[in-house]
Amino acid sequence: MKNEYKIVVAGGGPAGLAAAASAVENGCPAEDILIIERDASLGGILNQCIHNGFGLHTFKEELTGPEYAARFEEKCEELEVPFVLNTMILDISKNEDDTKTVTCVSKENGLKQIKAGAVILCMGCRERSRGALNIPGYRPAGIFSAGTAQRLVNIEGYMPGKEVVILGSGDIGLIMARRMTFEGAKVKVVAELMPYSGGLKRNIVQCLDDYGIPLKLSHTVTKIYGKDRVEGVDISEVGPDGKPIPGTDEFYSCDTLLLSVGLLPENELSRSLGVELSPITGGPVVNESLETNIPGVFAAGNVLHVHDLVDYVSEEAAQAGKNAVKYVNGEIGRSERKPVKITTSNGVRYTVPVFVNPENAEDLITVRFRVANVYKDKYINVYAGDKRLVHRRKQVLAPGEMENVILKKADLMAEGLEEVLVTLEDE
Amino acid sequence: METRELICINCPLGCMMKVEMDRTSVVSVSGNTCKRGEVYARKEVVSPTRTVTSTVAVKGGVHPVVAVKTASDIPKSKIFDVMAEINRACAEAPVSIGDVIIENVCGTEVNVVTTANMSKV
Repeated sequence: MKNEYKIVVAGGGPAGLAAAASAVENGCPAEDILIIERDASLGGILNQCIHNGFGLHTFKEELTGPEYAARFEEKCEELEVPFVLNTMILDISKNEDDTKTVTCVSKENGLKQIKAGAVILCMGCRERSRGALNIPGYRPAGIFSAGTAQRLVNIEGYMPGKEVVILGSGDIGLIMARRMTFEGAKVKVVAELMPYSGGLKRNIVQCLDDYGIPLKLSHTVTKIYGKDRVEGVDISEVGPDGKPIPGTDEFYSCDTLLLSVGLLPENELSRSLGVELSPITGGPVVNESLETNIPGVFAAGNVLHVHDLVDYVSEEAAQAGKNAVKYVNGEIGRSERKPVKITTSNGVRYTVPVFVNPENAEDLITVRFRVANVYKDKYINVYAGDKRLVHRRKQVLAPGEMENVILKKADLMAEGLEEVLVTLEDE
Repeated sequence: METRELICINCPLGCMMKVEMDRTSVVSVSGNTCKRGEVYARKEVVSPTRTVTSTVAVKGGVHPVVAVKTASDIPKSKIFDVMAEINRACAEAPVSIGDVIIENVCGTEVNVVTTANMSKV
């Protein structure tokens, strides 16, 4: 490991691997890039996502998580991108000359400070835990986040329990319902607080419907029984206000409760570096180059906003890698002109990016977003003042599925344009 | 004429499709946005299949299990027979992606192959 790199990539999961590979492909010598990974292997969370369905967009074939990760690991290997494993980044700070100092620690190298021209944040996300839910009861064994259970079953070879209730219908929860069923557990029910599932439709079909596992929408766990080990849970219906309706509680005996109740971008390092975070996504506020408010600090993947498809993570990270190269080569313009702000309304919760400096943008700009509710037969419209830039019909929009619109650089170059609006409308 | 509604599981788009059936034969498929959807729908209503992904025990590896899948889809009705076979199997490290662990699992003419690499301890 050298003391100085042009680009340091924080995290060796799908985003980090794609960002690093793209940086090389866009002209940065591989030896000037370093991937820092805290786990014992590259690939990130994909290593435990052994189910199939990855890579249909990128490779036009259906891969499992580890296979998808391996494609990018092989690519980085071919390109000879340096990486360190078992290495935890403790701090990223900016220097007066606009370089960054990355402080990391490992058993092998001890505490080390690395100077970086640019940093790409690819730390991913983590699961919301029981503590965030305020479910009353003791703290018996047998309560796991769905991702922890996934790691136990798929990597460590342990079964967390035999009779399972799952709270939350996020994709990991749905995938684990099937996985636990395959391994002989009885999955009794999946309860979802919202009136719609947070997971992909295909996962409801092939993980729940296929095995007759009931999905109770507008339901939540209101009590956990058991002192040393989970013995059962009460599940109650919730009203439109999101509060349990008294008298609707139903007891389910179980020895295991899995929580699949949301993912949170992991931004401790970003926060202490002074990166501005969005209160909606929990990830950095970025511009068209996926650059944060700190010049030379880029973000991609689940650390930026939680994705449903890894293909989009790879695509986004490749963009960040390319722009980091532009940055270290001094090719990102800093004009006086104010960036165009992308605003949202009518159920469009957020967009990535939030700002566009048109002169730095590609000819076509992908704007990703999520919606707040399930909508049918709507149009995604984008306006610059009175002018409609995009008009696209969608049969269904759901919070569990990331959407995107493509904006044209030429449209955003318009003189005096300060804002565009992304919105959902009936026509 | 019977109409069956299906959600396509080929990709995360999850197209909602309608299949018009005349007894056991498919008359038409609608609602799909790609060819894969139609192929899936025609198969799903007559003889549904799935790819099974799981893990097998591995001797001498850095982890006790390694990920596997059926190299292509198998009849849905055989999923639990295939799982039983997978749970009886054991691999030996090192393992590379694509190694055949079980040939012709449960007479399906499909192999069970590894989907992850694993080095020896």
